[in-house]
Amino acid sequence: MRFLDILLEALQSISVNKMRSGLTILGIVIGVAAVIAMLGIGNGTKQSITNQIESLGTNLLFVNAGGDADNPEPLTLRDAEAIQDRSKAPSVANVAPILQTQITASVAGESTYTTLIGVTAAYFAVQNVKIAEGSAILDRHVTNYETVVILGSEVAEDLFNRTSDLVGEKVRLNGQVFTVIGVLESAGGTSFGSQDNRVLVPLSSAQVRLVSRSVPDEVSMIYVQAKDSESVETAMEEVARILRARHRRNLGTDDFEIRSTQSFLETASTVTGIMTAFLGGIAGVSLLVGGIGIMNIMLVTVVERTREIGLRKAVGARRIDILIQFLLESLLLSLSGGVIGILLGYAISFLIDRLATMSGTSINPLITLDSILMATLFSLAVGIFFGLYPANRAARLEPVEALRSE
Amino acid sequence: MTDWVIEAENITKVYRMGSVEVPALRGVSLRVARGSVTAIMGPSGSGKSTLMNLLGCLDRPTSGKYVLDGENVAELNDNQLASIRNRKIGFVFQTFNLLPRATALNNVELPLRYSNANGNRVEKARQALEAVGLGNRIHHRPNELSGGQQQRVAIARAIINHPSIIFADEPTGNLDSKSGEEIMDLLMTLNRQMGTTLILVTHDPDIATYADRVIFIRDGQIVREECK
Repeated sequence: MRFLDILLEALQSISVNKMRSGLTILGIVIGVAAVIAMLGIGNGTKQSITNQIESLGTNLLFVNAGGDADNPEPLTLRDAEAIQDRSKAPSVANVAPILQTQITASVAGESTYTTLIGVTAAYFAVQNVKIAEGSAILDRHVTNYETVVILGSEVAEDLFNRTSDLVGEKVRLNGQVFTVIGVLESAGGTSFGSQDNRVLVPLSSAQVRLVSRSVPDEVSMIYVQAKDSESVETAMEEVARILRARHRRNLGTDDFEIRSTQSFLETASTVTGIMTAFLGGIAGVSLLVGGIGIMNIMLVTVVERTREIGLRKAVGARRIDILIQFLLESLLLSLSGGVIGILLGYAISFLIDRLATMSGTSINPLITLDSILMATLFSLAVGIFFGLYPANRAARLEPVEALRSE
Repeated sequence: MTDWVIEAENITKVYRMGSVEVPALRGVSLRVARGSVTAIMGPSGSGKSTLMNLLGCLDRPTSGKYVLDGENVAELNDNQLASIRNRKIGFVFQTFNLLPRATALNNVELPLRYSNANGNRVEKARQALEAVGLGNRIHHRPNELSGGQQQRVAIARAIINHPSIIFADEPTGNLDSKSGEEIMDLLMTLNRQMGTTLILVTHDPDIATYADRVIFIRDGQIVREECK
């Protein structure tokens, strides 16, 4: 029997019970749509987190005090200077220590609580910050302990109700007067919090005027930029060796922590991978339920059409002919459910993205060819798996018995 | 020397109902000449349907020898039996057994779908329908046809592969006497024109009068035989 004939016959018998076939297909549609939408959202989240981390620069190291040690020695400006030593750390390109604290910024009548970061000129090289107007913080600002400030766009908006034409304005930071020399370009919200709600001042001014410290030249953190992304590993080792020597620590009990954007990337991709698998798995359960629906309907169909099966066998149909006929019917049900489900899943993830964008975070669902292929194959597999038993039951009917049935 | 299309020797069939064995046929020997018309008669439960199922290769005998058209079919497997049914046997049932959703044409070509025969299936089916006098009804579905017409479609389906034997199981049982007569005339015409052996299974003595030879069955055994 030619394949086209069986296909046409299968289509015909599916279309006889439109309501029944439609509901059966719906089960698969919901399952596949859920899988597609969940994988899309999972992959999209993964992609956008990866992009954010990569936008920090793939050759960046983050050095923090702490680590596994009991009494960690704070990181200091001296540590930062030591890391800068070309002979001891040839893989390091830039070192940017920062001092970070929460402060109140105010002008006449307006005030806002914000993050203050004391930075050196190198900060602008290692971090992806752009100046919308005015200038960056330069070496001379740091050496002269100048009371100048660069405002994040959100802070500028809070204090002045505008984000431009602010150079020369005076702002009080914890009561001390600073002169605005620039405004940062708006970076928007990220998974790590708003980049716009912060102010930048020279590191020296922050140390002297704004931050209370246990050690005179303590810094909160040191950004280290490796020469390129290949030398990240060696840069990490060099920095660790220098800090161990300075902090007089034995191997294995570092009182500092060095992480790279790559290690963040790995962590993030593990976490989002687990999330995607989890979402997809839950959605997969509904696909399984849809498959059971197919099996149920196919069993009913076989019973209803026992006489037809008997007649077909009487005129020469072999077992395999009957098996293929019924298997093809369940395959058609599951496959059409799969195709509709993929389209619906696409629409759903688009809708969720719209809702998320309206509430401020963008997901950018990513529906890969992989997940489409997987959903198609999976729905085919469901059709075969749940169609095989009913089809086999039909194929094994004895012609005499089948013809006798009512 | 007679050309036998059916040679059955000492055929038995035992059904198992749980642990009880129910003998349906207790040793039937039978030979049917090619081109003849034979009627098998007997009350219900006599084993005549079982005999037809065995002779029609729908089922295998428990023991005995059965040679159909020169082939020993008692030992064939399911697929080989299906092929025999497809090529050598046509069935006409009391309840027609047409596919309700298929047109007359599609119903008639159904056996061709399961055979490897090439050629134009639609054309063959059309010719078969013309042979049974339904050339103008080929695109009608069973529910648009009268009982007699439906049985004609079933007969066209039975002859489509030019079988050696047609088994007709109470072919007029669901028809009024006039259509019944027409159906019997058609079967007899096909028997004469195509030389197809015809085996009628019936309990209606009027139908049996069409046959050259009547075999009476009771309790799974041939009890009497009448020849014209």
